[in-house]
Amino acid sequence: MNTFDFLLQGLSVALDPMILLYALIGVTLGTAVGVLPGIGPALTVALLLPVTYGLDPAGSLIMFAGIYYGGMYGGSTTSILLNTPGESASIVTALEGNKMARAGRGGPALATAAIGSFIAGLAATVLLAFVAPTVVKLALVFGPRDYFALMVLAFVTVSSAFGESARKGLISLFIGLALALVGIDQLTGQARLSFGVPQLLDGIEVTTLAVAMFAVGEAMFVTGKRDAVDDEVIAVKGSVWMTAKDWARSWKPWLRGTIIGFPIGAMPAGGADIATFLSYAAEKKMSKHPEEFGNGAIEGVAGPEAANNASAAGTLVPLLTLGLPTTATAAIMLAGFQQFGLQPGPLLFATNPQLVWGLIASLLIANFMLLVLNLPLIGLWVKLLTIPRPWLYAGILVFATLGTIGANPSPVELSMLLIFGVMGYAMRLYGYPIAPVVVGLILGPMAEQQLRRALSISQGDLTTLVGSPVSATLLALSALALIVPLILRARGKGAVLNQLASDED
Amino acid sequence: MSGSTPGTRRPDGATLVVAVILAVIAVVIWRDAARLPQAGGYAGVGPADVPRWIALGLGGLSLWSVIEAFRSGKVEREAQNTGPILWIVGGLAAQLALLTTVGFSIATGLLFAATARAFGKRNLLLTVPVGIAFALVVYLIFAGLLKLSLPAGPLEDLVWGLFRGTPA
Repeated sequence: MNTFDFLLQGLSVALDPMILLYALIGVTLGTAVGVLPGIGPALTVALLLPVTYGLDPAGSLIMFAGIYYGGMYGGSTTSILLNTPGESASIVTALEGNKMARAGRGGPALATAAIGSFIAGLAATVLLAFVAPTVVKLALVFGPRDYFALMVLAFVTVSSAFGESARKGLISLFIGLALALVGIDQLTGQARLSFGVPQLLDGIEVTTLAVAMFAVGEAMFVTGKRDAVDDEVIAVKGSVWMTAKDWARSWKPWLRGTIIGFPIGAMPAGGADIATFLSYAAEKKMSKHPEEFGNGAIEGVAGPEAANNASAAGTLVPLLTLGLPTTATAAIMLAGFQQFGLQPGPLLFATNPQLVWGLIASLLIANFMLLVLNLPLIGLWVKLLTIPRPWLYAGILVFATLGTIGANPSPVELSMLLIFGVMGYAMRLYGYPIAPVVVGLILGPMAEQQLRRALSISQGDLTTLVGSPVSATLLALSALALIVPLILRARGKGAVLNQLASDED
Repeated sequence: MSGSTPGTRRPDGATLVVAVILAVIAVVIWRDAARLPQAGGYAGVGPADVPRWIALGLGGLSLWSVIEAFRSGKVEREAQNTGPILWIVGGLAAQLALLTTVGFSIATGLLFAATARAFGKRNLLLTVPVGIAFALVVYLIFAGLLKLSLPAGPLEDLVWGLFRGTPA
């Protein structure tokens, strides 16, 4: 069977009414959390993990992926109308989009964002369907050392390659790795760092950590700011439809955004936000109207919005084929797979093709749903922005604790929520990135397992780690990704990397 | 995030605190690893080795932070409002302490009111009832329809009793 057959098979799964309903719930929730500031797709998936425990695995995973896609659509609305990005992959959109809205061109800005997201999402999902089987074939020859090297590369790129400082990124990563040690060792059954507390034997729940850092820490950070002023929502005046000139100026940035976004998401090279920055830079360089950039250039909305959706689809390539998450949201989706006893990777394509291809096909359908949700129904989402902040954050914290209590109603779990929440606040305050902690917690035990397997095969010989061409190349790339940014920063060229700072989603 | 103003001789306190915390975590992990039996087998790598490497990594990052603290000098940061943050911490602590005795709705309603207060809704007479009502609706949806196990208290028992027609 080739990809087309698999996709057709997947479509038959995806067109099941229940699955369609899960997808619809996912994209609706995703758009809502994308629109709302202070809550993103990573947090939402984390909150839903305990709730979906008893539900259908395929449906739940389709819902999670729908949330991820929806978040990428919805974020643009907040950026354009409020100048406060709803999630980190829409920061760039605010640069031009909000200027357009202020100039009374909010409608076309929203339209180019939604249509660009649609085209990029569709194209990138098709790319995902064609690339995934090839990667699976490659992954079949991967041994433990290759997986270990791949994870090391992911650790380096998530933590230290981009952002303000390599030291801060690495500290976040190592805190995540240290937290990952807590609990029973998977290979020998020894209890580590559990200090006799029975609840700690199971390790630290991803849900608890993610919810604490993203919801509790974020709420504290927002309320702690002295000069907190509510930005006003700019009403959409005039037509939402784009003029012929808007179309002419948008279609190339959409395609370029897709081409930039997909590979960046697919490689362990950071999240959607990095793709948006690169797309913005590319559009600025190629534009025939460079003077408009900074004053509301439509290309600056079209490109990055396409890039972030393409990148979200790209992220699913390593997640589904290798079990390797490259963003915080993907890391939590991996936890979702594990909750249902599924391990993404080449085997999943063989053992559970219905689920994998159903998921991919659902995402194609989800894109159509999102186009409808985000263009004709845009007015509804704008209303969400008028929820007063006290009610909004109080509601967020209710749902945050609901997720934790639902997973494990013990005082130990809630104490951890409080402690990690304060930790998340302190990390935000002093500029330590959050995503590496989450990725470290999830990937840490997997990396340790692969490392110990590799070393058992070689009977403890460490040179085995560079013994295969794949692992040697990946480790060399990791070393480059660690050292080159350090040199750049030391030479005072860190500003570019700083701009590419990867945030939560 | 933070504007740095080098020039003053004093080291950056926050970075030094980070260095100390990392060092403490490293020592805790190292001591915990020392207690584990060495069962490396063929690999020569047992359950205690990866923790040791992570502890070494944390130790290294701690040293790096000390150097960085002295190199950068004191970094000025935006002052924070501590009041609202304490309200959120207090709300979470109250929920944690009361959850098993008064049930999900009342405990979570207090968290709701405390958070709303942190964000500027000061009238607790309004926010506490709203919070409890909201939490009760959430409870009924998630515990009733989605079968999530949430701790019940007197309020939840009362509502379940009303649904069933007879008090529980």
